[in-house]
Amino acid sequence: MTIKRMMTATTALCAAATMAGAESHVEMANEMTIVSWGGAYQESQLKAYVEPYQAMHPEVTVVWDESSAEAVAKLRAQNEAGNVTWDLVDATAADAMRLCDEGLAMEIDADEMLAPAPDGTPASEDFGDMLVSDCFIPQIAYSYTFGYRNDVAEWDGKQPESICDVFDLENFPGQRSLEKRPHNNLEWALICDGVAYEDVYDVLETDEGQDRAFAKLDTIKDETIWWSSGADTPQLLADGEVVFGSTYNGRLFSLIVEQDQPVNMMWDTQSYDLDGWIIPAGLEGPALARVQDFLYFATDTQRLADQAKYISYGPARASSAPLVGEHATLGIDMAPHMPTNPENAKGAFVQNYEWWADYRDDLDAKFQAWLAQ
Amino acid sequence: MTDSAIPPQTPVAALPGGEVTGGPVLAADGKPLKHSLKRALRREKLRALALISPLLIFILVAFVAPIADMLFRSVENQIVAETLPRTVETLRDEGLPPGDAPGEEVFAALYTDLVVAAEYKSHTRLGSRLNYEMTGISSLFRSTGRDVGRFDTDIYTDQFVEAAPALENPVAWTNWMAEDAVRDALPRATDAWDAWATLTVEANNDDPLEEDVPDFVFTALYRDLAAGAQPPAEFPQVDVSGFESVSIKELFIDSDDDWADPEVWQIIKTYSPAYTDGYFLNAVDMMNGPDGTAEWRPESETIYLTLFMRTMWMSLAITFSCILLGYPIAYLLSTLPLRSANVLMILVLLPFWTSLLVRTSAWKVLLQQEGVINDTLVAIGIVSDANRLALINNATGTIIAMTHILLPFMILPLYSVMKTIPPSYMRAAKSMGANDWTAFWRVWFPLSVPGIGAGSILAFILSIGYYITPEIVGGTHGVFISNRIAYHISSSLNWGLAAALGSILLALVLALYWVYDRIVGIDNVKLGG
Repeated sequence: MTIKRMMTATTALCAAATMAGAESHVEMANEMTIVSWGGAYQESQLKAYVEPYQAMHPEVTVVWDESSAEAVAKLRAQNEAGNVTWDLVDATAADAMRLCDEGLAMEIDADEMLAPAPDGTPASEDFGDMLVSDCFIPQIAYSYTFGYRNDVAEWDGKQPESICDVFDLENFPGQRSLEKRPHNNLEWALICDGVAYEDVYDVLETDEGQDRAFAKLDTIKDETIWWSSGADTPQLLADGEVVFGSTYNGRLFSLIVEQDQPVNMMWDTQSYDLDGWIIPAGLEGPALARVQDFLYFATDTQRLADQAKYISYGPARASSAPLVGEHATLGIDMAPHMPTNPENAKGAFVQNYEWWADYRDDLDAKFQAWLAQ
Repeated sequence: MTDSAIPPQTPVAALPGGEVTGGPVLAADGKPLKHSLKRALRREKLRALALISPLLIFILVAFVAPIADMLFRSVENQIVAETLPRTVETLRDEGLPPGDAPGEEVFAALYTDLVVAAEYKSHTRLGSRLNYEMTGISSLFRSTGRDVGRFDTDIYTDQFVEAAPALENPVAWTNWMAEDAVRDALPRATDAWDAWATLTVEANNDDPLEEDVPDFVFTALYRDLAAGAQPPAEFPQVDVSGFESVSIKELFIDSDDDWADPEVWQIIKTYSPAYTDGYFLNAVDMMNGPDGTAEWRPESETIYLTLFMRTMWMSLAITFSCILLGYPIAYLLSTLPLRSANVLMILVLLPFWTSLLVRTSAWKVLLQQEGVINDTLVAIGIVSDANRLALINNATGTIIAMTHILLPFMILPLYSVMKTIPPSYMRAAKSMGANDWTAFWRVWFPLSVPGIGAGSILAFILSIGYYITPEIVGGTHGVFISNRIAYHISSSLNWGLAAALGSILLALVLALYWVYDRIVGIDNVKLGG
């Protein structure tokens, strides 16, 4: 137990003593350190989850740590040092899986810890397939998808409609931007090389399949700028540096809707990814009690739907979808901008996290070697 | 670089009465002068040490120890033997049949190990570790870890309990396991029961006196008895010859047929020792081959040697362009009158005070194809609109942006060295008949070389470990080895490989420093007057 935690525990004790057991008998810490991504995403969590929670529990203070991008490494370092200072961590599904494998995240029981849907459907059914790891509590579904400039003269008024237009230099010339990681790129390449959605990972498991994917990517390699930060593609698109670019759909939403750039969204074969919470392993006592209390509230149907008012990511609960309303400041209807919206989700591709957990190291080495060639 | 060593003060030793004797020279207190001198020197040294000790301790604790600890990870590999102790031991004793998975004995050991590891949730960690060596092991351990608690070994439990109901009683087990005779007679069952009792207390916070003895203990007991063990009379005598049995190996292969893959077992065996050269081999594009000897990786996976070479030559290129650009500026600064030199100095330092990210992003705006430089070139007709120059997202971009960022590190030492060259030397040379160039080249330049040395070392060593600028402007052909180290630290969590890459980088820098010392001489490096 760290000194900080001991102090919060003591504070909680004192508070409990003065309140003389006003509401519950479980002691809860009054300070929570939440790790998230910063920026617009963290803002949406603050507005949708934390502020309403604090309105109910004014004694709770929240410390934000914008470390989610390095959450895996930092949590491991904290764990090795025996001094985990975080109470709740926002992580992508792939990171959550890695943390779970490394024993750094706590295993959760969705039905026990999370609120059922308003109609009584247990949480595990409401979240359904989104519960991809034993340690992961999903919040949102986002997607990797393409934006394209709608003012390219060389395209003669044609508009790309399918993912494979990205690989079509003849009809859609110009530079592209793709992520500097094998994820999604290899899947898209195979799909455009004629592999059916459901066979993608079977094919990608074989050396021939990998060669096939790289060969397909080779056709546009000279015309590609590789990004490593989610802000790159919007900037490249806005500057006209690229005509096509993949990034998170929320980034494209703010580029198109909030900044009104001549860019369109292409939802075809958008690749789903998930983001959610993990609780660091070893959290206990009042700190854990507070986190559980907060999570029960923050992942219920209404709260997840509320988050969509501030950012265009889809709520992870099936029951939240009908409750998605209008953007908090722009006043536009958010449902058409959700990756989970049925119209957008038609051609969606679902990443196989378990598969990537196995193949990530190997394919990353191959991908980097391919890039360096 | 500095002459920091304090010259020891020799105490003034009084020769007693100035007599010259045949024995050792004595100090005033009658002790041999040699000893007094030594003591005085030692005191001096201790005092000096005491003075620097706060800094020394700080550096040791905050700098040397963490680096040493991190570098140690490049060879450390205890996780396999810690997670699968029985398997590793059995595998060592039995060996691995060539081209085949091992026999029942090894699988039985793995069964116990994996049940225990799954309770501690350490099996997935081992899976991630071994997955660095062979794709697919991660999910193999994850899925089997999930299954292993439900293997069909309960038939042993049922048959034993039916034959001797006392075996169902956990308290009885505790009593038997306290008897040395029982423990000696039933080594496998004892080992399994010990492991179970420990984990029940440690991992599950339960009492082994109340919990049901699990299937894997009965499986171990069956294996003991089937192998002909004779437990003492107080232990229930069960004849297992009529027992229905299951093959543990089959159960594993049913759970995931990768367990029959000899390659998986080769990996487990190769990486079972506590120390490994695997990370270092990987860091130079090699690997432990199937026969346990080092071999090159297939070409489609080689990357690190290329990156090391690229880091070296690009750092050299950046250092040279810093010299080329920095030298004239430093020359100008040192020859101008102080007032105007100070104004120019602020211009040199200004980028120093600007955020690294801001400067790097500014280069993006300038260098990109639709950027300021290309637009200007197109506007004045030097480049056609269709053939805009690719100045960023490649090696050129990295060299340009990093030269700009490291330029002050070159100019400042150059300037401070040039400042100390008396202008009268140039006048003297000219009065002796040298023209401007000869005077500069034969007199001024050699005197400024220590500044070049210092600036080059600073710029080179800084650039070799640079990470953020190449990441932003380097594209694919302008990234350094440090970008891969960062990836392995923060993303793939392969800290062993990151440590190996870091160790090699450190060794390279030290080797280059040594070469530099040999050629130029480190005494010829000056940061200032």
